[in-house]
Amino acid sequence: MNFTQYDRIGERVYRKKLENGLELRIVPRPDYVRKYAFFATRYGGMDTRFQLNGQWLDTPPGIAHYLEHKMFDTPDGNALQDLAKNGAEPNAFTSNALTGYYFDSTRHFEENLRILLSFVSVPYFTKESVDKEQGIIAQEIRMIEDNPDWQIYHRMVQAMYARNTGRTAIAGTVESIREITADTLYRCHEAFYTPSNMILSVVGDVDPERVEEIAVEILPAIGGPVIPRDYGQEPPEVAAHELRRTMEVATPQFLTGFKCRPAEHGEAWFRQAIVGELASDLLLGESSPLYLRLYDSGLINSSFGGDYELLPGYACFYAGGDSRDARAVTDAILQEAAKIGGGQLDHALYQRVRRTIYGSYVRSFNSFETIAVSMTEGCFYGYDPFRFPEMFESITPEDVCAFLRENVTAENCVLSEIVPGDAGTEETPCAGV
Amino acid sequence: MNMMRKTIAEGVSLTCLPVSKFKTGILSAQFAVPLTASAAGAVALIPSVLRRGTVNYPDMGRLSERLDNLYGARMDDTVRKIGECQCAGFVASFLDDRFVPGGERLLEPVTALLGELLCRPVTENGAFVPAYFESEKANLLDAIGSIRNDKRLWAGRRLLSEMCAGEPYGVSRLGEEADADALEGPDLYRRYRDLIQSAPLELVYCGSASADEVEDALREAFSALPRVSVRTLPAVRPHEPRPDVLHVSDSMDVTQGKLELGFSCDSDDYMALLMGNTLFGGSSNSKLFMNVREKLSLCYYASSVFHRQKNLITVSSGIEFGNYQPAFDEIMEQLRMVQEGRWEDWEIDSARSLLLNSYASMGDAQGKLENFYLSRAVTGLPDTPEQLADMVRAMTPERIIEAMRTVRLDTVYFLKGKEAAA
Repeated sequence: MNFTQYDRIGERVYRKKLENGLELRIVPRPDYVRKYAFFATRYGGMDTRFQLNGQWLDTPPGIAHYLEHKMFDTPDGNALQDLAKNGAEPNAFTSNALTGYYFDSTRHFEENLRILLSFVSVPYFTKESVDKEQGIIAQEIRMIEDNPDWQIYHRMVQAMYARNTGRTAIAGTVESIREITADTLYRCHEAFYTPSNMILSVVGDVDPERVEEIAVEILPAIGGPVIPRDYGQEPPEVAAHELRRTMEVATPQFLTGFKCRPAEHGEAWFRQAIVGELASDLLLGESSPLYLRLYDSGLINSSFGGDYELLPGYACFYAGGDSRDARAVTDAILQEAAKIGGGQLDHALYQRVRRTIYGSYVRSFNSFETIAVSMTEGCFYGYDPFRFPEMFESITPEDVCAFLRENVTAENCVLSEIVPGDAGTEETPCAGV
Repeated sequence: MNMMRKTIAEGVSLTCLPVSKFKTGILSAQFAVPLTASAAGAVALIPSVLRRGTVNYPDMGRLSERLDNLYGARMDDTVRKIGECQCAGFVASFLDDRFVPGGERLLEPVTALLGELLCRPVTENGAFVPAYFESEKANLLDAIGSIRNDKRLWAGRRLLSEMCAGEPYGVSRLGEEADADALEGPDLYRRYRDLIQSAPLELVYCGSASADEVEDALREAFSALPRVSVRTLPAVRPHEPRPDVLHVSDSMDVTQGKLELGFSCDSDDYMALLMGNTLFGGSSNSKLFMNVREKLSLCYYASSVFHRQKNLITVSSGIEFGNYQPAFDEIMEQLRMVQEGRWEDWEIDSARSLLLNSYASMGDAQGKLENFYLSRAVTGLPDTPEQLADMVRAMTPERIIEAMRTVRLDTVYFLKGKEAAA
């Protein structure tokens, strides 16, 4: 199998696309005892509307996550137990745009890999088993809904995006999951759990050729067709600028988000992700003048932080934490963004922020999980995450200023707050959602 | 891995874990003190006040600038509860020299900065800078308050505080709101001086540098540590068993109830209890997972934790308010199953494999190594991961049954909704 050597970060990656369309990625780690396999499909909470066999299907919110729960069932029992017998620690997660199944093991790697590939590619549901899951997932949803961090984030996204399905709650609602049937789950599996829509990543001391042989042996020989998806036609403006609700919390919390221009497929996606991170650190990272000023004045504390997220047709730059005056923090962010966007960039700070982000990228490759997820996203969106040093060098301060100028504006802004009080009292109705 | 441990100054011990496979090195410096309700808030506050500035880098801006220039080295202030001790200090993490563009060395400057943060804080009139003290005190109060935001965390905290009321183990790692609120600047500075003079200091390094290089860098960085006399740490007090089960409940505006059960254990066969707990609720194939969740669909999570240092087991679950009784009954039924040895071969095999897997792979994660060796040093429990793995291999069903039969229900905590309370 062919490999690429990345000397600047000390990595080697084996890559191959199998005849059935499966993408294989293997990162050898000879000094480690752990072996980690991550098998992912490009199918997540936002993929609710798609075309199968010439017909458009609308599926209930939460179905990708529901399917993830049910995939562990096999005709002989449960794959979790089969893996556990070998000492593997298996699990899975569903995000907006992918579902990933994985295990971590120190022994019996090949047998575990066979089990993983087999239970994910062969669906087995009955009406009884699907109905029984309702109670479990309903409790998972209740747990999530009681979490103020999730509420603030979800409400912000819902106000920011009126149509793009990135606004959908990944687990759905207690009501929406009642519509899920074994038949719909089979159809979703047929559409998305086909090798041509999937990627297998392995990190650890393994033989790449053996991984390929096992994948060829277990998975279907032919991949399915490309499935057209509809993420919704999104208007450029946000639906509401401010929303606030009360919950049983100790301190007021907030997120201020900005609806950004979505990224193009390919290297441009990766570039934009890094530009967004640089912009975030430069504007409001721990060494930025804004952070220091807000911290000194007691308007923020160490819970304050920001992030930048990209999904198909969707981009969001946000920051938040605990604050007694979220409006003042938001205004300060807008002013500072206008200042930097207008060209008043501290070049020494820019160089320092670059060093820090460079360090954090190298550091992130300590984590097998991060390596696997980055390779998966790189594969879906068309870039090579191991080329970050080169990508990094191609970015100029003007790219970062332009990013702030274009995206971090009052028109694009949504302020979502949770304040202490009895749950669910809506002080500012959120228009349009 | 050739772990090396030595005393490098009075009450200052260095644990060195030489490994070159990571992208980073980590260096941890932790003061250990007995956990007490009255001092917990002050001890928890010290690292965050120290993190505000040193003599050479007197504000956060200059500290951040320094860390940025060290390729985004991290200097995280940490507060941990380990057994009945409280550990407070910093964990530094920085790029391994191989990955630093231009071949710059980071171990020495990062170690120097760590020493400076602990030994040379910026002061005003012989105390911490009042503005730093006040703002970090407000942040600590917020952090204590926000435990309430995470209902699972909150319920677990409430269970331990009720179950171990009057014992150090019942004290939260951050202390209580009222004690933190009463803190004054001069007292905190005195407490800090006492810490650096008299509390055992544990240093843990994991990375590619040699033990000698690390020791040299640390001796230099901590040369100003004003050691007077160093106290020893007390042993953990066993939990006082209760004659009758204690029932406690709170009401909050929530949609999901949290059921927490605390059990005392009266066996000193540590590994038998750990394996028994793994069977009971310690994995995603445990009896609690398979029955309370998978068979009865009562919850999304139901799991248990064995608190080794205190010999307790706690169970945690999120359920509908109305399902209190069926969930409680099923949890107790599953405990009985373990106590009667009613499990299938694959269950014990998987519990054994899971523990062996976690000991075998510990060397693959720097954060786990640091926490493991710090805990080992602070609690004086001597086993290495290899020895623990041998104990797992030697475990028999008879020992598990005998140890698990000493497990008794002690305290039940239920967090319910406001309507359910009416």
